[in-house]
Amino acid sequence: MARTITLLQAINEALDQEMARDSSVIVMGEDVVGGSGAEGEMDAWGGPLGVTKGLYGKYGDRMLDTPITESAFIGAAVGAAASGLRPVAELMFSDFVGVCFDQIYNQAAKFRYMFGGRAETPVVVRTMYGAGLRAAAQHSQSPYSIFTHVPGLKCVMPVTPYDAKGLLIQAIRDNDPVIFFEHKGLYETEGEVPEQSYSIPFGEANVVREGNDVSIISLGLMVHRSLEAAETLAGEGIQCEVVDLRTTSPLDEDTVLESAENTGRVVVVDEAPPRCSIATDISALIAQHAFDALEAPISLVTAPHTPVPFAGVLEDQYMPDAARIAAAVRSVAGYAP
Amino acid sequence: MRALVMPKWGLTMTQGVVVKWLVDEGADVEQGAELLDVETEKILSAVESPASGVLRRRVAAEGSTLPVGALLGVIADADVSNEAIDGFAATFEAEFTPEAEAEAGEGPSPQQVDVDGHSLRYLKMGEGGEPAVLVHGFGGDLNNWLFNHEALSAERAVYALDLPGHGESSKNVGDGTVGSLAQAVAGFMDALELPAVHLVGHSLGGAIAAELAGATPDRVRSLTLIASIGLGREFLPGFLDGFATARRRRQIKPVLEALFADPALVTRRLVNEVLQYKRLDGVEEALAAIARDLVADGEQTVAIRERLATYPGRILVIWGADDQIVPASHAVGLPDGMHVEVIDAVGHMPMMEASARVNQVLAAHFEGLLTA
Amino acid sequence: MALTKNDLLRAYRLMRTIREFEERVHVEFAAGEIEGFVHLYAGEEACAVGVMLHLTKADRIASTHRGHGHCIAKGVDVPAMMAEIYGRATGSCRGKGGSMHIADLDAGMMGANGIVGGGPPLICGAALAAKVQGTRDVGVAFIGDGASNQGTTFESMNLATVWNLPAIFVAENNGYAEATAADYAIGAGSLADRAEGFGMPAATVDGHDFFAVHEAAGEAIRRAREGDGPSFIECQVNRYYGHYEGDAQTYRPPGEAEAARANHDCLDMFAGRVTASAGIEREELDDIDRAVAALIDGAVSSAKADPAPAASEYLTDVYIDY
Ligand SMILES: Cc1ncc(C[n+]2csc(CCOP(=O)(O)OP(=O)(O)O)c2C)c(N)n1
Ligand SMILES: [Mg+2]
Repeated sequence: MARTITLLQAINEALDQEMARDSSVIVMGEDVVGGSGAEGEMDAWGGPLGVTKGLYGKYGDRMLDTPITESAFIGAAVGAAASGLRPVAELMFSDFVGVCFDQIYNQAAKFRYMFGGRAETPVVVRTMYGAGLRAAAQHSQSPYSIFTHVPGLKCVMPVTPYDAKGLLIQAIRDNDPVIFFEHKGLYETEGEVPEQSYSIPFGEANVVREGNDVSIISLGLMVHRSLEAAETLAGEGIQCEVVDLRTTSPLDEDTVLESAENTGRVVVVDEAPPRCSIATDISALIAQHAFDALEAPISLVTAPHTPVPFAGVLEDQYMPDAARIAAAVRSVAGYAP
Repeated sequence: MRALVMPKWGLTMTQGVVVKWLVDEGADVEQGAELLDVETEKILSAVESPASGVLRRRVAAEGSTLPVGALLGVIADADVSNEAIDGFAATFEAEFTPEAEAEAGEGPSPQQVDVDGHSLRYLKMGEGGEPAVLVHGFGGDLNNWLFNHEALSAERAVYALDLPGHGESSKNVGDGTVGSLAQAVAGFMDALELPAVHLVGHSLGGAIAAELAGATPDRVRSLTLIASIGLGREFLPGFLDGFATARRRRQIKPVLEALFADPALVTRRLVNEVLQYKRLDGVEEALAAIARDLVADGEQTVAIRERLATYPGRILVIWGADDQIVPASHAVGLPDGMHVEVIDAVGHMPMMEASARVNQVLAAHFEGLLTA
Repeated sequence: MALTKNDLLRAYRLMRTIREFEERVHVEFAAGEIEGFVHLYAGEEACAVGVMLHLTKADRIASTHRGHGHCIAKGVDVPAMMAEIYGRATGSCRGKGGSMHIADLDAGMMGANGIVGGGPPLICGAALAAKVQGTRDVGVAFIGDGASNQGTTFESMNLATVWNLPAIFVAENNGYAEATAADYAIGAGSLADRAEGFGMPAATVDGHDFFAVHEAAGEAIRRAREGDGPSFIECQVNRYYGHYEGDAQTYRPPGEAEAARANHDCLDMFAGRVTASAGIEREELDDIDRAVAALIDGAVSSAKADPAPAASEYLTDVYIDY
């Protein structure tokens, strides 16, 4: 039966069901339990936002609190994955990848290739990303393009509770290393989620709204803002097709190109800064393979080429919002050479 | 005077788009006639006339999006005055509150029942009368009867269930044979204390219904086979495998399009719902187990003619003339005593593509009003 | 270094300022006046002040996410800090950094840090600069018990020994890293033993006791200035509030912070000692308390009244020139 739950609950349920199904699934990270070695309650945190809360009671030793030592424990997850487990390691904020990138970038990502196809590294790194919480420059970034750039990694960013559960289950069952990005601003999103386990294949974008005038290609929290813009624009007679990429690696090129070919007018919306980004990647894809269909230059709505500022007035400027997306769509829709 | 309103097709429908009127203002219409096309997120279908009379007003404009229950038009006799019609429409619209704003959660909702270790989902509509049970086909679920369930329940309780391995029923199907699926349906009837029913089966559901009718004729008041398997050998090659193994939109869409005469009926929403079902753990295995029993070397291995021979009751056979999955030629040369209805320009899903016609013949068949 | 009466009054004023600042931020945060993540230093004041009393403006420190106390003790302007926490144009970082990134390079404060273990490598750099330039300045890296387990910390301690840097590593062991106990996360048990393994002298002191910290720090800093290389100090303290503002702290035994406050408060201990034996009157301390309260009041009201940054500011200061 499907019922309405939050994205946070959907992630918890996916972990719960996979841990129940497969004893090789373990979870590790800083305070994924909380209270280790302390005199008060165990499972005091369940992760900084309570995403893993309750799992310790069910799975005990398979829930591992770690010291603050990302390089060692992310690397341990990678090594354990190459040795028969299916670890889900929580890198609390994706900004912290700086201290452990080698284990992801040079180790996990490259084993299979370097070792001539003879290795499997079924590790999942769950990590929070995204701005909007006044968490400033080192706790607000959206660095998914850095990971997407690395051959050997799969990159997933769910937008709905339904997708979060199905994509996380797929990530855990997947035999390649997967970076699973969770936007802080989406945890409380509600949606219908089946109680049963299910998995959503990677590389399948989701067309969340259909329309024939302009394609908005987007990901993460920006999908919501794009939908908000599309709603406004519908009132003005502009019908937008909104595509949620769901995974940036593998990338569903067909759905992106199909949409671009259908509308001939494209806006790409990305919360990250614009250089070497998902936005530029998508626009290059369309320029290469759907050039003849284009009736207007591709427009990018992104964060600026700056770190994330702290003060509310600055951060609100930094993040693309529905108004900016709508403005970009209007100018693309009205473009005449 | 009768109001023609936006229908509610399925539990989740809240609004529909008026695509096209099929009948002119002032035309005589029969009850059940198709008056206009409405599109929902799921499907495009025709709205039927609730009464016989004259279509006096087309209230809803083409292209407009209206909530369930909103006024689409007015049917009345020719002698009713224009003022009276206008008054009727004005009063209706003044008093109308869309469902979302009215009490939420009204109307029937699906239940689960335990049958021999399976949890089966079903939806009951209507009360009393001689009950009917609707059995969907391979990969389907109770929503396949979206356009029929409510119409048929005017005179009786009508149950639509999800077979084991389907919809929101549990996914273990045992050996997956038609016989064991038929047992599950019999168990379902036992559990709901339905000693005898009008049994309607579509495609695989037809073979299941025939199995039950042949084995326990006293439990089946009448039998309806819609585009049923088991009456001939041809079967669209690759369809079952294609359906069972598809995991992605691009794989499943052509498979679903083969089900309909008009492929435009396969909306993105429909594709998504099928994919959501197919992604559930256990579904692929369940479908594979069932498919194993149905075709071999591209030909059907299930045959129901012998079963039908032992069933003494009324049999209705419905087919879409353009069925690509199981050809309508299987409706030709059937034993005497069956009523056969072949509908033009319709594919493997007549109950969806020609719901008005199907609802009409089913209602008549239940009442014993059809001749062989 | 003998402490004069002026030094003692200054130490008290700094500790009191930190306490008052944090208590006030706690209240303002709860009232919804402050956004983002805030980690309070209340309870740990003697660590920052005991060390900082030895430092000049030219010496450099690297702080942590729990950085307000280090900033105040190192001489960062208090109203500017408060304004930063409120995200104002008048803030230490013009509203761009917030609580977790307050910095003032002119005051030798290389920044609070959002990355646990971000500071120690930077301090190797500051110490290297001092050594290369022959200034006799030092660098002090503050870390928590949690940060003490980070690879960057280990690597920095080793590098500091290898290069014989004028660096001091001050570990503020408040028993917890978020909700995880230090006892669980520090495999070796003793931080000091571990530091000695890197080839530097290490001391363990009561971090509530200003005098103990001051003395250990004095020795470490003297060594560094004289070219004798790095040292390590573990200060054992208590954190009065949650890990961050909003932490329910169910992992702590009930009453733990309250007991520390009642029996082991650094300000009480300090006041008791200096009024008993240093010729300082309670009155003088009370005067400081009043002056500090007025300072913080003023800082909060000016922070509230100060303008937000101009919206266009989000594009500036990414580069010096581009
Ligand atoms: C690299 C990195 N990992 C994790 C975090 C999240 N985090 C912030 S503070 C903290 C605990 C730090 O504990 P400790 O070093 O003991 O300092 P305390 O908070 O006790 O002052 C953690 C895990 C972070 N900011 N950076
Ligand atoms: Mg600590």
